[in-house]
Amino acid sequence: MASRAQHRWKDWLIERVIYLAAVVAISLIILIFLFVGREALPVLISAEVHEEVTLDNLLLAQEYGTPGARLPYVWQPVSEVPKYSLMPLFLGTLKVTLMAMLFATPLAIAAAIYTTEFAPRWLREAIKPVVELLAGIPSVVLGFFALIVLASWLQDVFRFDFRLNAINAGIALGLAVIPIIYTISEDALSAVPRSYRNAAYALGASPWQAAWGVVLPAALPGVFAGVVLGFGRAVGETMIVLMASGNAAITSWNFAESVRTLSATIAAELAEVVFGSAHYHVLFLIGTLLFAITFVLNWLGAQMVGRLRRRLTGAVR
Amino acid sequence: MNLAATRDFPLLKTHIRSGEVVFEQLRLKIQVEDLTVRYGKQVAVDAVTLPIYHNLITAIIGPSGCGKSTLLRALNRMNDTIPGVVTEGRVFLDGESIYVPDCDVIALRRRVGMVFQTPNPFAKSIYDNVAYGLRINGLVRSRAETDDRVEQALRAAALWNEVKDRLGRNALQLSGGEQQRLCIARALAVQPEVLLMDEPASALDPVSTAKIEELMFKLKKNYTIVIVTHNMQQAARVSDFTAFLLSGALVEFNPTSQLFTTPADHRTEAYITGRFG
Amino acid sequence: MKLRIADRAFVGLTVLAVLLILAMLAAVIGNIVVNGWEQVTWEFLTAAPTQGMTKGGIFPAIYGTVLLVLLMTIFVVPLGVCVAIYFSEYADRESWLYRWSRQAVNNLAGVPSIVFGLFGLGFFVQFVGGAIDDAFFGARLTYGQPALIWAALTMAVLTLPVVIVSVEEALRAVPQSYRDASYALGATRNQTVFRVVVPQALSGLLTGGILAVSRGAGEVAPILFVGAAYYLPQLPSRLNDQFMELGYHIYVLSTQSPDVEATKPLLYGTVLVLLLLTFLLNVTAIAIRSRLRMKAASLR
Repeated sequence: MASRAQHRWKDWLIERVIYLAAVVAISLIILIFLFVGREALPVLISAEVHEEVTLDNLLLAQEYGTPGARLPYVWQPVSEVPKYSLMPLFLGTLKVTLMAMLFATPLAIAAAIYTTEFAPRWLREAIKPVVELLAGIPSVVLGFFALIVLASWLQDVFRFDFRLNAINAGIALGLAVIPIIYTISEDALSAVPRSYRNAAYALGASPWQAAWGVVLPAALPGVFAGVVLGFGRAVGETMIVLMASGNAAITSWNFAESVRTLSATIAAELAEVVFGSAHYHVLFLIGTLLFAITFVLNWLGAQMVGRLRRRLTGAVR
Repeated sequence: MNLAATRDFPLLKTHIRSGEVVFEQLRLKIQVEDLTVRYGKQVAVDAVTLPIYHNLITAIIGPSGCGKSTLLRALNRMNDTIPGVVTEGRVFLDGESIYVPDCDVIALRRRVGMVFQTPNPFAKSIYDNVAYGLRINGLVRSRAETDDRVEQALRAAALWNEVKDRLGRNALQLSGGEQQRLCIARALAVQPEVLLMDEPASALDPVSTAKIEELMFKLKKNYTIVIVTHNMQQAARVSDFTAFLLSGALVEFNPTSQLFTTPADHRTEAYITGRFG
Repeated sequence: MKLRIADRAFVGLTVLAVLLILAMLAAVIGNIVVNGWEQVTWEFLTAAPTQGMTKGGIFPAIYGTVLLVLLMTIFVVPLGVCVAIYFSEYADRESWLYRWSRQAVNNLAGVPSIVFGLFGLGFFVQFVGGAIDDAFFGARLTYGQPALIWAALTMAVLTLPVVIVSVEEALRAVPQSYRDASYALGATRNQTVFRVVVPQALSGLLTGGILAVSRGAGEVAPILFVGAAYYLPQLPSRLNDQFMELGYHIYVLSTQSPDVEATKPLLYGTVLVLLLLTFLLNVTAIAIRSRLRMKAASLR
């Protein structure tokens, strides 16, 4: 059968292509790490770069400014004496992310509980696509909304010193993160078997008591995973904070002040930085940092989802 | 007598007389010899030795989980598609062993066709369903040839008259019974020598079941048929020989009329009289 | 009695949460629609911007966005489909290749979009583009700079997980009995996959492609320095041209225009167009996916 021999050759080729695709997927993530890290490396090892900035500058307190007004942590790469402390940026990222999580987590989890435990069937099928639509709003649109509309609303109510601040960006960021936490929590809650609820009801529990006391604890690893993944998304988000947070690298714990996040710093400064300069390499270092942080957070989240699955099928306590 | 107990199949009986039923000129189509199939540590088929005779219907009966389907799937090496399955022993098709490294499994599956419990036509047209096997095996060279073979197969499955005007329609629009006959036609299109049927009528209504059984009688003239069924009445109605499997082991193998009227083993009797299911 | 009141209160809180989320969604969309719908006229969609971005239309941005996602789709769909087929049909679950590529795709999904921008710059623009320039253009700066092709490739990497997830879901929804029937007829694995399973899963392919396009049209951070430009006198005509893009346009107009009040109408119009575009795409994809899930449930 000559045709079968031909087929064998074509078959072999097709299979090679399929396996190659999987290899490409692996190499992509490696390439990202490699090429972003490559441009960040000089900050660690290049003497030329070290003339301008070292790891010490980035992480430890420095003494800038006139005696009398010492500012230990300043990010101001473009100035006569370039200042490279990452502290204001870390703090900025933290403030915005915390604000977003404080805002989004209770809302998303409560909504997920309602959807899986109390909502009638038809409503359940209606809420999910709506939340997916929220997820589909591009972050630049949310950033625009926060910049133009939300900031003014907040200003009318609170009269902050800074119109664009961590609270403003945090709320908008929270809107972006709600769908993630909601979807994963909802999945986790629905995965809890009917029998758990039935057992609670049979003992006289009300729907709320069953949900709060039995279902939610059982689904906790999954819900927590949703929160972790939402956190990861918030940390890495760029456009919303770029447009709505004021972009001032201020080191303080005041949420009503402008902030500059790690991601926004890259976005704002890379366009104008001199290729190959110390500043350029530091920006890539920040990028590598972001990559590493979200990598770890995602890994954590995946572990927890796995734990949930195994717990519900009886493999883990 | 219990043919299973004699296990002297190489010394094949070509002539069996059992009460009023006489089998003459028996030819061996498939020979199963000491076949054991395991899923990991769990044994599904336990050292079964069994003959399948040419152009006759052999039924395999037994309670659920006794290994009937696994045994059936071993005959066309469909168990190969399940990860973790270990097969030991020998199976011979026309005297040639099929569990050897250089066996062409694809060609084997053309010679030994299979029909499944739940009708599973592809989401294609009726015509394309029947033609599928022809095309992937490179058996036809022209549209006219394909048309011919499709018609032949549909006639053989007693479905031609019902679908000849709507060959282009989606196969999933057919009724359950028609879908199953379509699956039979699809299997027959590649002109197999053996047809394995895994509970072919269990998902169908009584009328469709009767049609399938009628079809089996017709097909018997040209094909060797092995049918797995949990419906004992069906086995009694339709088959020439019956094998009773219990926990993977062959308990009794005899001409059907004998097995159902005067079973040789007390376990067979217990099963067919419904003392356990 | 006290228990029942507390009960009702808590349930009420969860209802409140849902309502709040819906209200915020409505506020965002409502504000944009109300302020923008007057802007979206035929002229708006087909003319170029004039008078310092305060009047005219946004056609070049629409054109650029369409080109971007078209190019992106050409790269991401074939690769995504192949990986999904690998995951669903060919992979040995124990093999290192499977576990590593699974991990890789999961991680890809979590990489911040700005890091993709850095990757696009560091790898595509500088490394690949630079190499092409050295090899074919005598080190003249042709491809080693921000360009449409690099932006499309960067977006393709970003949206790869989206395509893979959708296609894999559709492939897994094909019942095992179909594969069994095909094997029993003497088909090889390739024949079974490509003639039976994949045709059955086409709707998943469609969903994946549409969702990828929606992401691609909406993400801005990756293209900030890989090809997008604020104002170009001509439409992009070659792969190494820069291009205007809807999301990027919104970003720049919002943050860097000298007179925000004057550009507000144009801005709102642009936002509405982008929103409508992504909404339509997402709604279509969701509709196709729920049809797929219903079909799968009925086949089982």
